[in-house]
Amino acid sequence: MTDDNSLFDYVIRLADDHLILGQRLGEWCGEAPTLEEDLALANIALDLIGQARSLYDYAATVEGKGRDEDQLAFLRYERDYRNALIAELPNGDFACTITRQFFVAAFMKPFWHAMLNSKDATLAAIAAKALKEVSYHLRHASEWVIRLGDGTEESHRRMVDALDEMSIYTGELFEMDDLSKRMVEQGIGVDAAGLEREWRTTVETVLSEATLKFPEVSHMQTGGRAGRHTEHLGHILSELQYMQRTYPGLTW
Amino acid sequence: MYSQGLIGADGATEEDEAFLQAFQKRIDAELKIEPNDPMPEGYRKTLVRQMSQHAHSEIIGMQPEGNWITRAPTLRRKAALLAKIQDEGGHGLYLYSASETLGVSREELTDQLLSGAAKYSSIFNYPALTWADIGAIGWLVDGAAIMNQIALCRCSYGPYARAMIRICKEESFHQRQGYEIMIALCNGSDEQKELAQDALNRFWWPSLMMFGPSEGDSVHSSQSMAWKIKRFSNDDLRDKFINATVPQAEYLGLSVPDPDLRWNEQTKSYDHGDIDWEEFWRVVKGDGPCNRERMKNRRRVHREGAWVREAALAHAQKREERKQTSRMAAE
Amino acid sequence: MTEVTTPLWEVFIRARNGLSHKHAGSIHAADSEMALQAARDVYTRRGEGQSVWVVRSSDIVASDPVDKDMMFEPTATKIYRHPTFYEIPDEVGNM
Repeated sequence: MTDDNSLFDYVIRLADDHLILGQRLGEWCGEAPTLEEDLALANIALDLIGQARSLYDYAATVEGKGRDEDQLAFLRYERDYRNALIAELPNGDFACTITRQFFVAAFMKPFWHAMLNSKDATLAAIAAKALKEVSYHLRHASEWVIRLGDGTEESHRRMVDALDEMSIYTGELFEMDDLSKRMVEQGIGVDAAGLEREWRTTVETVLSEATLKFPEVSHMQTGGRAGRHTEHLGHILSELQYMQRTYPGLTW
Repeated sequence: MYSQGLIGADGATEEDEAFLQAFQKRIDAELKIEPNDPMPEGYRKTLVRQMSQHAHSEIIGMQPEGNWITRAPTLRRKAALLAKIQDEGGHGLYLYSASETLGVSREELTDQLLSGAAKYSSIFNYPALTWADIGAIGWLVDGAAIMNQIALCRCSYGPYARAMIRICKEESFHQRQGYEIMIALCNGSDEQKELAQDALNRFWWPSLMMFGPSEGDSVHSSQSMAWKIKRFSNDDLRDKFINATVPQAEYLGLSVPDPDLRWNEQTKSYDHGDIDWEEFWRVVKGDGPCNRERMKNRRRVHREGAWVREAALAHAQKREERKQTSRMAAE
Repeated sequence: MTEVTTPLWEVFIRARNGLSHKHAGSIHAADSEMALQAARDVYTRRGEGQSVWVVRSSDIVASDPVDKDMMFEPTATKIYRHPTFYEIPDEVGNM
């Protein structure tokens, strides 16, 4: 165990990634292009929220200050959320959402796979469950990328726009700051930078089948891990936290 | 999950007497009717109308609750609510599938909903204003629906009955989910109790309307009953619902907003005040608080999804063509 | 205007190894891969599945109910196909 807050901070990052992405995906409920897809997106959102709950629950245990999953999920300030920016990006059209989910799942799959070897037994257990879930998320998103990319002229154009919009937020996924490095040194965390090649191969294989290309990115956006978010996060939180902020301290 | 007494049933049918009698004999013997079996046109039409109204209700019913997914107060509630609304989408899908066995496509059914030709349960034209409404919807609206649906598990049309069995099984958590929310509110602060009472006040009467008006001696309804598409009268189901629900309200310490509600020792049932059927018909005909918004939303979703559905079909065709080409090349 | 229809698929689910696949319902999908995913997402949300089959509904060949008597009645009288047709003394025991 670490005697500082490193583990707590590290777990919170992961938990925030999943909560915020799940919250975004939850917005699709009742809005998907087909009924079948409505159910598929809800399944993924439920997986993400489930993963977030396990992670917050563990973070609360690590912290040991009596806070629970909901206090961690709902009652922090905007700058204290540490999710990667890509998780909070608006759903946009179906191409944007699929692209976002595709990029994230292509990262999280090898991430959870590596986490299986964590010295931290709880994280390894969470990884074992999450790995199965994210493998399906990746397959689901990949199939859609292929169909939209190699579908109609319109769907292809929308995919090009979506790739353009989302790709600048992918660099942040592989960043290794001091906290991540400490976690790797302790055998707890995952070397995210080391996953970039695999991610790139997955992404390019699928994109090529979809007759698409990963765009040239002049600069990767970053900041989420330090609490410097896009303007979108505040709006997410105003809905997410609405009940807990309006009626403080009550049980629901 | 939500079904409502069928609106505008028309069981008119033109087959000869011998055919109708033979059909009725099968129904009376509790034999299920399957998709390709010969059936009176009126039976087919009534079923398509009822199943599709039911399906549309599920789909439109996703909106009032969906409105609260991003604002659910805890992670547990958020997951449960999302799973419940997802079920509603699934149940709409099962019911569209069951309707499709009678030769009408999902696209046609969707058209009927979007053009306003088909109806859906009027309850979903009321807004979900507070978190307590999510509790009230689960408790009352799902509670009312389940009364109807359990009866429909024995419907004479096989695919409908099978869909209803699956739906009832999956739905069993929906009402509990809602009631548990109400319990938490009623065990909570004064303001939480007020939220709960307010939600009950607003959803009580519309929930009673879900069963549809008294049929009296309606020809359509008795034809549906004879064909075992419908197994209980609207009033019977409504009474059953009230009898089950009033004690649940008492347990919560909430008062049912009906000054005329009284236990009747003779009928062993509650007598209730008059239902405002003018309001019911107004809402059915399009002038409820949210009718326009619900339809506008559904049309928007359908429109915005069109390019995705087209892309999937276009890709499938390309795939098929490539397969043909490589097969020809191999030969 | 009604849009182009997306093909209908019948879904069969094996709940546990050792059981056969059973018809669960149907879904719409443009191609087989999407059909398989949709079947999984729609019909196995409560741990109902170990294996899924999807079949284009239009590929199913069904007997006509009109032929029911011709197809299925003749077997009703062939009671010698059933074990209870044969009489074995009780002393022989279970057979």
